[in-house]
Amino acid sequence: MNKINVQLITGLFVMLGIAAFTYQAVTIGGASIREVPGYTLTARFDSISGLRKGGIIEAAGVRVGTISSIKFDPDNYKAIVNLRINDGVPVQQDAIASVRTQGIIGEKYIKLSAGGFPDLLTEGMEIHETESAVSLEELVSKYIFDGGTKK
Amino acid sequence: MSSLAKNIENLGAFCLNALEQTGRTFNMLLQVIWELLHPPYRFYPIVRQMYFIGARSLTLIIVSGITIGMVLGLQFYNILQRFGSVELLGAGVALGVIRELGPVMTALMVVGRAGSSITAELGIMRITEQVDALECMAISPDKFLIAPKVIAGLLSVPLLTMVFDFVALFGGYFVGVKMFGVAEGSYWNGMIDAVEWQDVRLGLEKSIVFGVLVTLICCSRGFYMHLTKAGSQGAEGVSSATTDAVVLSSIAVLFSDFLIGALA
Repeated sequence: MNKINVQLITGLFVMLGIAAFTYQAVTIGGASIREVPGYTLTARFDSISGLRKGGIIEAAGVRVGTISSIKFDPDNYKAIVNLRINDGVPVQQDAIASVRTQGIIGEKYIKLSAGGFPDLLTEGMEIHETESAVSLEELVSKYIFDGGTKK
Repeated sequence: MSSLAKNIENLGAFCLNALEQTGRTFNMLLQVIWELLHPPYRFYPIVRQMYFIGARSLTLIIVSGITIGMVLGLQFYNILQRFGSVELLGAGVALGVIRELGPVMTALMVVGRAGSSITAELGIMRITEQVDALECMAISPDKFLIAPKVIAGLLSVPLLTMVFDFVALFGGYFVGVKMFGVAEGSYWNGMIDAVEWQDVRLGLEKSIVFGVLVTLICCSRGFYMHLTKAGSQGAEGVSSATTDAVVLSSIAVLFSDFLIGALA
């Protein structure tokens, strides 16, 4: 009786621990066992300052994908970003990918804006229309130092 | 002059002693690994030790987890309110608990509850010559006494840590959302956005290291009690070995926490 009790309680303890771990890993930590079906597009940016791997891609404020990798292109000094877009999200050939910030000091993410072109991008193709990260410091210094001179 | 020499001598003896203890502890780890690779394999002793180290610590872990979560919720709320960014409460509580406080607090709780009694148990077995009796019967004390405890520590501490983390998040939720009225969505979603798999993995790695470290130090302190200067005889020896074990393993937990954090 005593022996059964010990095993039962230990078994329950192990199950509880594993359940708590799974909750953390999957729900909070966002580790997914299987990949969400999707396709990968690339985009070149002049500057992606602050963007990081695993970041969010949004279209109309809805999360539609993640940033799967970021590389540096030494030939023309640009950043190459691989975008993993979920299936069922069409990206037109003239869609615009822009690096945006959540709030003023929030995290950087990529915003997709729809284009008007009927043809859609498929696996491995490139988004040509990109807008780089807007640096608040640059804007402020531009305003201060260029403000006096006439354009 | 002679008193100076005496002091230097004491310092040397202290260092040699510390080195010897460390060596014995890690030698014990190798011994455990060696015993694990050789039959007979027996699982029931491990289950029993997991019951003792893990399942019986559950109440303590749940209570302390809720308390820590509530304290974090309270303090973070007060701090974040000054900067007007209360929506970061969930992220703050979750990162604090999952990366640092969960593993460390759980390990310290296990040291206090299970570690001390491991040392006392092995120490008393040593001074009442039960260990010698085992050796006479050709039963390896490493396999029979130490290995189940270390394996149980290795498995139980991570499981306890996960329970602690889980409960602490709800403690923070209770204080932040129910008492102070932080938006429920911003608490949970801020947490989900901020915590990455690496954070959970770091907590897990820490707790595995702590589990082995704590049980190993406590085992070696009790098992080799007769070799230390203070612990040569009797009840007093057991009490000083237990104190040593608790102090040393707590320090080892805190220091290795920093080390793992810095290396990761």
